[in-house]
Parts: sequence; structure tokens; C-alpha cells
Amino acid sequence: MFAYILRRLAGMIPLLIGITFISFIVIHLAPGDPVQFISSMNPKFSETAYEKFERMYDLDKPVHIRYANWLKKFATLDFGNSFSPDAKPVLEKISERLPVTIWLNVAGLVLVFFIALPLGALSAYYKDTLFDRGVTVFVFVGFAVPTFWLALLCMYYFGVQKGWIPISGLRSYNYDQLSTIGQIKDILWHATLPVVLSVFGGLAGLSRFARNSMLDVLKEEYITAARARGLSERKVVFRHALKNALLPVVTILGLSIPGLIGGSVIFESIFSIPGMGQLFYQSVLSRDYPVVMGVLVIGAVLTLLGNLIADIAYAGVDPRIRYGKKKSS
Amino acid sequence: MRRLLLLLSTALVISCSSQPESGDKKDSGSAQKKGGAEVSDKIEASGKAAEKPVDGGALINPTLADASGLIYNITSDSASHEVSNYIYNGLVEYDKNLEVKPDLAESWDVSEDQKSITFHLRKDVTWHDGEPFNADDVEFTYKFMIDNNTPTSYDADYRLVKQFEKLDNYTVRVSYDKPYAPALISWGMAVLPEHLLKGEDPAKSPLMREPVGTGPYVFEEWKTGESITLVANDEYFEGRPHIDRLIFRVIPDIATTFMELLNGAIDIMGLTPLQWTKQTDNAKFKEQYNKYTYLASSYTYIGYNLNNPMFKDKRVRQALTHATPKQKIVDGILFGLGRPATGPYKPGTIWHNPDVKTYPYDVEQAKALLAEAGWSDSDGDGIIDKDGKPFKFQLMTNQGNSVRIKIAETIQQHWKELGIDVEIRVLEWATFINEYIDNQKFDAVVMGWNIIHDPDIYDVWHSKNCAPKKLNFVCFQNEEADELIEQGRHELNPEKRKEYYHRFQEILAEEQPYTFLYIPDALVALSKRFKNVEPAPAGIAYNVEEWYIPAAEQKYHFTK
Repeated sequence: MFAYILRRLAGMIPLLIGITFISFIVIHLAPGDPVQFISSMNPKFSETAYEKFERMYDLDKPVHIRYANWLKKFATLDFGNSFSPDAKPVLEKISERLPVTIWLNVAGLVLVFFIALPLGALSAYYKDTLFDRGVTVFVFVGFAVPTFWLALLCMYYFGVQKGWIPISGLRSYNYDQLSTIGQIKDILWHATLPVVLSVFGGLAGLSRFARNSMLDVLKEEYITAARARGLSERKVVFRHALKNALLPVVTILGLSIPGLIGGSVIFESIFSIPGMGQLFYQSVLSRDYPVVMGVLVIGAVLTLLGNLIADIAYAGVDPRIRYGKKKSS
Repeated sequence: MRRLLLLLSTALVISCSSQPESGDKKDSGSAQKKGGAEVSDKIEASGKAAEKPVDGGALINPTLADASGLIYNITSDSASHEVSNYIYNGLVEYDKNLEVKPDLAESWDVSEDQKSITFHLRKDVTWHDGEPFNADDVEFTYKFMIDNNTPTSYDADYRLVKQFEKLDNYTVRVSYDKPYAPALISWGMAVLPEHLLKGEDPAKSPLMREPVGTGPYVFEEWKTGESITLVANDEYFEGRPHIDRLIFRVIPDIATTFMELLNGAIDIMGLTPLQWTKQTDNAKFKEQYNKYTYLASSYTYIGYNLNNPMFKDKRVRQALTHATPKQKIVDGILFGLGRPATGPYKPGTIWHNPDVKTYPYDVEQAKALLAEAGWSDSDGDGIIDKDGKPFKFQLMTNQGNSVRIKIAETIQQHWKELGIDVEIRVLEWATFINEYIDNQKFDAVVMGWNIIHDPDIYDVWHSKNCAPKKLNFVCFQNEEADELIEQGRHELNPEKRKEYYHRFQEILAEEQPYTFLYIPDALVALSKRFKNVEPAPAGIAYNVEEWYIPAAEQKYHFTK
């Protein structure tokens, strides 16, 4: 297994280089560059300033040279400095924003798991009943309705009309003056709406997966055998079937990691949450190449690691799978 | 300085951005501060109160993006400028009537040949860290601006300075090769603290995150991506502002911003015409907010590519203007919240010439002009043609601005009556500007400009700027106009300048390189808790330091 992991990690290096190369080229192909972003249609932007900024951002060099320079720095884990006036190191910018995004997404993911799995199992148990159909409709509504639209509706109803929860942001104005408990409560209160909505949107995939997995397991012979032994249906389903049906679900956890950043762009903009999604969106708009590359690389690394973790987890939960060993038969 | 600095920052940029003309905070914010000298009859509502002002409370102000840094001179985004406006001062600033008044300079003298300005500085000003302000800071700022290592884009005005002299600790003189009319107001740029920035790399200076200025508000806290808080400067040379804190909250989504306004979580916002007329016209909103409207400092236009043979004949352009229902556009698309435009200056200012030739909506007149120019439907296909070429072209505008798209659709319908086939093309902003405008590869466009208070329009209208990546992208070339623009640029006497620009507008009105469409109204909602709000040609936010919240209405209480 250890050798397998090492091999996989080594294999990631050329893959990562390929991904960064394509990302670099694609973001440079998009019309407009950071200097054009600040100079376009701006009469106060002097011609000398244009050249000055081009030199500062290395835009006077061909793309392949810029990529080679970027790659050299990246090899030492230096993502460069942002093009925004504060010229902050990219990693510092990202590390300021990453915790919020991870915290909210992990909270959402955990809740999705805890709600979707029993929901899927119950749907399988009550297959084709009113309950099953109701759950199907419920989870697919969450899946199909555009999140931003639903978010605005909920913000308006629960925030403006009812005044029950805060509409946006992560902290109150007087956050610093609250007690520790008060601060925790304040953040949880602000996070309620975004987390609930992300959970609602994420239920469909996992609950359907759990339902189908459960239905597959219920067709297995050992389930028939258990039933033949006279065990109650409840015991058959929730003791014997459920445990096995949920094993493959573990792999989904690994595959969900890369979605953490991508899915945050809209959410963080609508709810004014100062996370990675918001940073990424603003950096793309201002063509802040180093930050965009930084976020993309982190996304790529998470995707690759996510796949690896999924594979490892799969081996962990399914004894039939062993990596790094040849089949004996 | 606050009234001035936005001139430099947003200049003509925002108007071309993807925001609705009077819709968002950015636009209305700049309009509030820059404004044109709009007559006050358009201004509604007033929060002026009779009681004695008290200190305390907070003003919560939304911004669409986080600031990129808080050294004014090297940032160019409106969020950074909006915050740092309250932290720094310039030597001069605009007053509520948009006339230049002293700020850090007590007074100034202009030499007889109009080539030098001598500034006499205030002696009672201290930086937020307690150090005294003096001429060294001004000299440092000047050198900072022209230094090739300073990442600023606003160096053009300072590079025109031939000589900078520090006459004594509180007097400086700047000299130019020839009189330069925008010179005086260019000294409204934020003056920076020499003792903290000398020898520093500005982008890496701690002042980017924790600025030190001389302004009415002192930097307190920056929560990245969330908010920036400023507190009242007890030592401010013009007296401590009454409102304790200004909190700038980052809310990237306009719909969310509006809901936070409805919820009372923010205090001020620029509304869209739809929000103004439909969504805030209820008792609950009116109970909480005052609404202020005044003519914004921007205009929307249709620009024709004058290099295109189709638009070379001025009679064609005049015909198109005749067939453009300006009032219908204002009424139908802006809900009546604006007024038809005839030129690039704001009505009510001395620069605006109210007597230029106008083109009332008249399809028959338009048809006659086109026929005169040789356009007729010779093949009976419903589209007029000339020399075998049909009058068919693309009208471009940018994505994300529904108002401009609606304008293009309205125009398409109306020009069809003339036998003109207009195809609308909507493009993403960067593509639109970089691929088409900068390369002059377009037929006609729907766009907008912000109106800056100084009337110098060299960049947009002088024939020297008809070139790729320049702002005279429609390529208007007229010798007399060029001469007038240059004369206006080098004349400091407003009355003489006025004559040049009035004549210039007559030429524009005759030539119609643009069909000037309308000037929108700035539409601002402000919580009723704020008193001493006195609308003026500069908008409402020019005197924030004088606003106050009666003790009983102060919502937020902070312990320092």
C-alpha cells in the first residue's frame, strides 16, 4: 500500500504540471490583462504608467517565458505576489480566506452525510411508497432549483420579512465585543442560511446514491438468507444491509473535496462570505493571474489528493480491493 | 479632498463598466461626491434638523468589493478610494457647489502668466500618528507620484510640472511649461506622510493595510473581505466628525445589498430606477429612509465609428439622432429618472451650453436627411441603400448592463422605420473593449461616460486621440474643435474657458459624432437616523463629517 501511495504521488507531478500549463495558457487567453483592467477607458491613466505596469507584471515577456518563471517559483512552493496594489504573497491571500471556505463546506458536507444517508436508506426501505416519492421530489427540488435564486428567496423571507436570521456576512458589527460563547453563537447564526441551503442543494446526489446502493444490497443472497432465517425486516435492512450499502459512500467523501472551492463562488458572493470563492471571483475579474493560478493549483491538488484518498478509502472499506499486490488467483 | 479624489479614480471608467448608469453604489457614490453643479430643484428630501448635533453612532456603507489597499495614490479601484477618501486630504478639494476650495492648503496664488501656483499650507494639521504636516510631505508626495518605481497610474498631471519648489516649511510652488487648467485641482491628490513612507516600497508598506493620513477619520480595523472600520479623528483640523465610526461592509451582490438595506443592516445605498420607483415605494421603507435624487455625473450615448463610410456624412448621423426617441428611453427604461442629453456636460454647470442645436424626435425629418445624403430603398427590400450597399450595421454594447441592452433594442425598432437594419451584439466587457473598441473595430456602440467636473475633454475628443487604445475611438476629427480643446486646456480663467467649451458643444451638436442619449438621476436612499444631510450640487455625501445621529436613534454602541 505504501509503495502504491508513493507511486500515485509521483504520478501526480507530471499531471500537476500539465494542469498548471493548461490553466496558465487558458487564463492568459482570456481577453484583457491586469493593466488593461485598470487602464481601459481611463483618461487619467498615463502612457508611461501602462509600460511601467507591464514591466512590473512581466507582461512584456512572452507567455511561455512567464510560465517557465512561474513554474520555477512554484517548484519552491512560491506562488508569487498578487497583482493588486497590496502585492501580497498569493499564499498569504489564500490562507486568509481558506479557513472560512473549508469550515463552511465541511459543516455542510457533514450535515449532508448525516441527513442524506438515512434519507436514502429509508427511501430504499420504503421503496415506491408515498414517503419515497416525497423524498425524491424534495431532494430533487433542492438539486434543480438554482441556488442563488433560492438563496435570495430565503434571505428575503427569513431575513427581511420575518427578521429571524442575518441575511449576509459572517459576523455582527459588535462581534469583537461579544463573549467567546457569544462570538460562536454569532458565527453559527450567520452561517445558518448558507449552510442549510448548501445542504439542501447537496442532498439529492448522496441520498440517491445511498438509496440505489441499498437497493442493490437488498438483492444480495445473504439478505435473502437473512430473511429466510426469519429475521425481522427492520433488522435485515438496518443491521445487515445498511452497513454494506454505505461502504462505497465513503469514497464519495474523497471526491467531494475539490468541489469545496468551485461551489463556493456563488455562495460566497451572495452571502458576502469572505472565503476563497469570493477571492477567486474577484481575482478573475481583475485578471490577477498569480492569485487565479494559486487558487487553481490548490483546486487541482485537492482534486488529485481527493481521488487518491477515495481510492485508499475504497480499499479500506472493501476487503476485496488491495493495492500494490498482484492478484493471487 | 473627498470631493475631488474620485475624479481621478473613477474618472471616465465606471460609466463604461457593466453597471446600470444610476443603479449601483459605485456609480451613485461617485456621483454624490463628484456631481456636476446641478440646480437644486431636482433634489428631493432633506434630513436637515434643528437640534444640536451629538457625537456617536456608526454609518454602515456597503461596497461591492474589498479594498485592494489604502494608500490612495497607488490604488485604482473604487472600493479602496471610497475608504481612503476619509483618511487623507489633498491641498485643495471641491466644495458642495463643486468649486475648488482649500483643504490642506490655506490659500494659493496663481502667477500672472498662469504658469505657476504657490500653495500656502495650513500650520495646524497633524498626521494621525501625531507628527506635524508640512511642505516636506507635499514635496515627498510629488516625487512619489513621478517616481518610475511607484506603481501609480495617476502620474500624468504631475509629469507636466516643470519645477517643484519648497519655499519654506509651509509654502510650495509648482510651475508648468504652459498654463494647464486642470493643474490646480490635480493637487487634490492625497498627500502622503513623508516620515512613514520615505525610502519604503509603497506596495509593501504597512500603510497599505494600516494607513496614516490627516483626514477626518482614522483607520481602525480591516477584516479582509468583510469590512473596514474607520473612527472619528478627535484632532481633525476642521473639527471632529460627529459620527463615531464609518464601517464599509463588503457585499459583492447588489441584490443582497438591497436586502440588507430593507433589513436596516446598512444605512445608505444607490438605488436602481426599478428599486426607486417600485420596490421602495411603500410606507415601511419611507418610514426608515429618505430618498435623494439629483442629476448624476454621467451620460449614455450612441457612438458612431466615423471611419466607417456609412457614418461619414453628418446628415446620416443627424438623421439617426432625429430618429432616436430620447424621452421615450428615459421614460420607458429609466422610469423617467433622468433627462435627455445634448452634449458631454451636465446641465446646470457653467460649462454646459443650453443653446445648442437639438434634434427633436422626427422620423420624417430623419428620412428627408437620409434621402438628401443619397440613401433610398432602390431595390424595394425595405432596407435603404446607397451605391448598392444596404444600410445595415452592428450596434454593440457590453454584457451585464440591462439598460444599455434595452436601449439598443429600442433603437433597433425605431431605426427600422427608416429602413435601417440594425443587428445588436452584446459582448463581455473585456472582449468588447480590448478587441473592438481599442482596435476601432465596430460600427456603432451604446456606452457611457462619467462627467468629470473639470471640463477638459482632450482625451475623448481631440483628434490626436483617434488611435488604437485611445479614448477618441469614434475618431472625431475637427480642426476648430481641436483648437478650442487646446485653448480650453491652457486657460485658467473660467469665463474664457466657458466660451471655448460652449463653442465646442455647438460643433458637436452640428456634427453628431455621438447621439447623446440621457443623463440619469443619481438615486440614493439614506437612513432617516442621519441628520444635517444637506443636498447640494455635489450630492449628499460631501459633508459626512457634519452628519450626526440623535442619541436616541444611535443603533450601534462601541467601546473603544
